[in-house]
Amino acid sequence: MKFDTPATTNPIDQLKVVGKPTNRIDGPLKTTGTAPYAYERHDVAANQAYGYVVGSAIAKGRIASMNLEDAEAAPGVLAIVTAANAGKLGKGDFNTAKLLGGPAVDHYHQAIALVVAESFEQARAAAALVRVEYARGKGNFDLAKSLDGAIKPPPSFGTEADSAVGNFAGAFAGAPVQVDARYFTPDHAHAMMEPHASIAAWEGDKLTLWTSNQMIAWSVGDMAKTLGIPKENVRLDSPYVGGGFGGKLFIRADAVLAALGARAAKRPVKVALPRAFMFNNTPHRPATIQRIRLGATAEGKITAIGHESWSGDLPGGGPETAVGQTRLLYAGENRMTAMRLAVLDLPEGNAMRAPGEAPGLMALEIAVDELAEKLGMDPVALRILNDTQVDPEKPERRFSQRQLNECLQIGADKFGWAKRSAKPAQTRDGRWLVGMGVAAAFRNNINGPSAARVRLDKSGVVTVETDMTDIGTGTYTIIAQTAAEMMGLPLDKVVVKLGDSAFPVSAGSGGQWGANSSTAGVYAACVKLREAVAQKLGMNPSDAAFADGKVRSGGRSAALGEAAADGELVAEDRMEYGDLEKTYQQSTFGAHYAEVGVDAMTGEIRVRRMLAVCAAGRILNPKAARSQVIGAMTMGAGAALMEELAVDKRFGFFVNHDLAGYEVPVHADIPHQEVIFLDETDPTTSPMKAKGVGELGICGVAAAVANAVYNATGVRVRNYPITLDKLLGELPDIA
Amino acid sequence: MKSFTYERVATPAAATAAFARAPGARFIAGGTNLLDLMKLEIETPAHLIDVSRLSLDKIEKTDDGGLRIGAMVRNTDLASDARVRRDYGLLSRALVAGASGQLRNKATTAGNLLQRTRCPYFYDTNQPCNKRRPGSGCAAIGGFNRLHAVVGASEACIATHPSDMAVAMRALDAVVETVDAAGKARAIPLSGFYRAPGATPHLETVLAPGELITAVTLPRPVGGTHIYHKVRDRASYAFALISVGAIVQKDGSGRVALGGVGYQPWRVEAAEAELPRGAKAVTAGLLAGAKTTHENAYKLPLVERTLAGVLAQARG
Ligand SMILES: Cc1cc2nc3c(=O)[nH]c(=O)nc-3n(C[C@H](O)[C@H](O)[C@H](O)COP(=O)(O)OP(=O)(O)OC[C@H]3O[C@@H](n4cnc5c(N)ncnc54)[C@H](O)[C@@H]3O)c2cc1C
Ligand code: SF4
Repeated sequence: MKFDTPATTNPIDQLKVVGKPTNRIDGPLKTTGTAPYAYERHDVAANQAYGYVVGSAIAKGRIASMNLEDAEAAPGVLAIVTAANAGKLGKGDFNTAKLLGGPAVDHYHQAIALVVAESFEQARAAAALVRVEYARGKGNFDLAKSLDGAIKPPPSFGTEADSAVGNFAGAFAGAPVQVDARYFTPDHAHAMMEPHASIAAWEGDKLTLWTSNQMIAWSVGDMAKTLGIPKENVRLDSPYVGGGFGGKLFIRADAVLAALGARAAKRPVKVALPRAFMFNNTPHRPATIQRIRLGATAEGKITAIGHESWSGDLPGGGPETAVGQTRLLYAGENRMTAMRLAVLDLPEGNAMRAPGEAPGLMALEIAVDELAEKLGMDPVALRILNDTQVDPEKPERRFSQRQLNECLQIGADKFGWAKRSAKPAQTRDGRWLVGMGVAAAFRNNINGPSAARVRLDKSGVVTVETDMTDIGTGTYTIIAQTAAEMMGLPLDKVVVKLGDSAFPVSAGSGGQWGANSSTAGVYAACVKLREAVAQKLGMNPSDAAFADGKVRSGGRSAALGEAAADGELVAEDRMEYGDLEKTYQQSTFGAHYAEVGVDAMTGEIRVRRMLAVCAAGRILNPKAARSQVIGAMTMGAGAALMEELAVDKRFGFFVNHDLAGYEVPVHADIPHQEVIFLDETDPTTSPMKAKGVGELGICGVAAAVANAVYNATGVRVRNYPITLDKLLGELPDIA
Repeated sequence: MKSFTYERVATPAAATAAFARAPGARFIAGGTNLLDLMKLEIETPAHLIDVSRLSLDKIEKTDDGGLRIGAMVRNTDLASDARVRRDYGLLSRALVAGASGQLRNKATTAGNLLQRTRCPYFYDTNQPCNKRRPGSGCAAIGGFNRLHAVVGASEACIATHPSDMAVAMRALDAVVETVDAAGKARAIPLSGFYRAPGATPHLETVLAPGELITAVTLPRPVGGTHIYHKVRDRASYAFALISVGAIVQKDGSGRVALGGVGYQPWRVEAAEAELPRGAKAVTAGLLAGAKTTHENAYKLPLVERTLAGVLAQARG
């Protein structure tokens, strides 16, 4: 099915199932521990051996020698895989550094060997016996010192590094009110609960990989490319994913090494990355240094808006696209954005929840707060004044839907924004300095082609099959809701099967495109199934009504299952997209409000209340969407106050590589959170009229917290995370 | 993790005898620290002597009106003991500020005193660390050391002792009771229990190899207002950036011990005389001779400000 004109009324609009707050259909499996995650799939292949990864002890250089004697002689050892014995390996399209390094080493904890043994303990113990001598090379690990050599990167995913409209320099210089500041965001780790893990088994030259992955088709392709085998010989299965946040968009060392280990040991091998490897072996969100310049009239109209961002990556990597939202979020005639990329020898950077916008808004939305203060304007009013309903770089393109102002206004109202003192450091609650902050949330909407197969059996049960993944987001449930709505069934008559590369190729989970795209694919397949059902029952497909498990047409009624009485009915289709997104700019919007308390003595910062108001198209399952947004708000609070991969600039690695050292919020950090979704449908996105919310939820949160800290204390911190050591010197004197 | 042998013992005498048979063995209590270190091969004992079921799990009154806390009393049980909560509130508060409920259910009094530093370089066997591999250097100096010591450190090591419980015990004048491999018992005041790193940061306490902690005693209660303020980047489940444990009497006199600033819970009795004059004066004495790095200098004002807050709270 091709989607190239805005959607009109369709069966989804009945909203009997879609749009209702719905418990996860996979919830009981997860809460009872019976949803098998990759490493726990003991039943899928007999005689599984265990692999343990050896990571490089240096960040840059060469392996001078590798002595495997002791490891090979250790109890239980079956095989050891290294670059020297693995045979020729290719590199996938999506990873920057090799997944099995050596003799050249590209980053710290790059995998350089896999030890396979009978038990996990034996593999781990033997891995420690692999003796490696290194020749250290000189690496570059300091972004701040690399700005001069940074280059203009080539366009990525069709996005140019630079953009310019009007005369930014002139307009900024002439603006009566200006902000010009630099902002620093650190490297972030995905730090999902489930580490990367895979079980690999070969049958002849065919590989099956049970793994934890967000993008099945991409990863089949990269596995095949890395191993130098045809795609048809690779099967991936990833029905449950214990969090990804972008860290599992691509295959990683666990997958490749499990496959190589299984080949070497001639039996199935399972590999999980140890927790430390999550930080230095797998990708992370790269640090940025951003310069923002805003020029405005005395009345608060933005006339000049400039945003530059520097980030680093390994050779061949890409930039953190932190300026993207600045091209679209506010009006202003004169504009410039630029991204520059430095070569760093730290582990590779890549996508993490809302790549680009998340760090970009961390900077931009502080700058807007600074502008409001300089103008003596309320920051909500300033944002509303500078709203635009068209793409400011290409005014002929309208936003398909844009309710940013509504989000801001409703939020201000619900949050009690009027009680905020415009002057900072005025509100005291015992020993706490209290402040409120606001930020706009913005994240683009992306739609991707997505296919699904639906089967109807004679008992009237519909089974959906697609290689779509559920990374904890609730995909199983919204897909079931979509099929139930389309086929006129209750939820318990729908079975959903996901994550298997044997199923039709979906859009996968990433970039908050999963919900709308994958359900649109199911919609397309269900349209075909409805036609097949009507035909089978001798009804007119154009007026057959599907409801309550029945099909009705022309005064006749039949149970849905009757259409499959003499055999299962199967339909498959793929939703594809025309160029509506060229005509319309599709984005999601929101407003984040935060209240913090800052201990006047110690500078400890604690979030007190948070509110998100989101306008993101049709909300397919308000309960799951709310969970997505509160999870994202939590991650945003972490980015504001504690998350930072500490770079050792001498040795070139992230030092705090465990969950004690890399702090993410715990329950005690997360107080009252509220989420409001505006009633919205966007007919330009798909027949579902939905968009994504899972990334919108994090966009702007950190800046709202940062602005609240400023409002509480009068101390402006532009260097995340905002930890107490950055406030202490400027807090009020103690008596 | 290296493979190891394991035995469980029933009496303190059996524990020390077992050590005599297997020098280089380690006692294991709750295992919440030792097992993590073994998995990473930071500790590689060939033999474990499980002391967790010794009947050293009681809290009893001592003859002079104090308390004897068995070495195997769990942190949870100690924190919730009615006498501790009434008479040694500082200890109870420090305990519940540490780790998590699950960990405190396993962690023991002795194990808590002997837990090792949380210096991230200590935890990464690829990095130089004098404490882990004597003579290899100290990666924290010149590296990521926002969490490191400002007092008592040496050129060889700037690690802190991470225990919250020990801070309270130091303020409460705790004494560690032990029995050695020869069966000889001794009592070591906590003030003299930890060794300054000097050139030998791998030697952390005055305990001899195989010396078993049997109890910690607290003298009779001293009254006063007990406050433990642990300062950290997140609200729970994090080690202290710094912590202040204080006992403040009605007349303004009292005691103060600090966590997160040195290789041991930090108390300077002479500085306590300044308590009536306020936080600045006390901190000057407590942190005299402090040496900071580019990343941890904030700890000095932080101690002073936190103490000021604690004293204000004590005044009510
Ligand atoms: C995630 C995490 C967070 C934590 N957070 C905090 C925190 O915020 N604050 C805090 O204070 N602590 C914290 N801890 C540390 C925790 O308090 C310690 O791990 C615990 O107290 C150790 O006690 P244990 O009985 O488990 O010791 P074990 O791990 O069994 O032993 C520790 C050491 O003591 C030795 N030992 C044990 N018993 C004896 C004995 N009777 N005589 C001689 N030697 C003995 C062992 O040989 C070993 O060397 C945390 C730990 C973890 C894992
Ligand atoms: S501070 Fe001490 S524990 Fe940390 S690296 Fe240096 S020597 Fe090792």
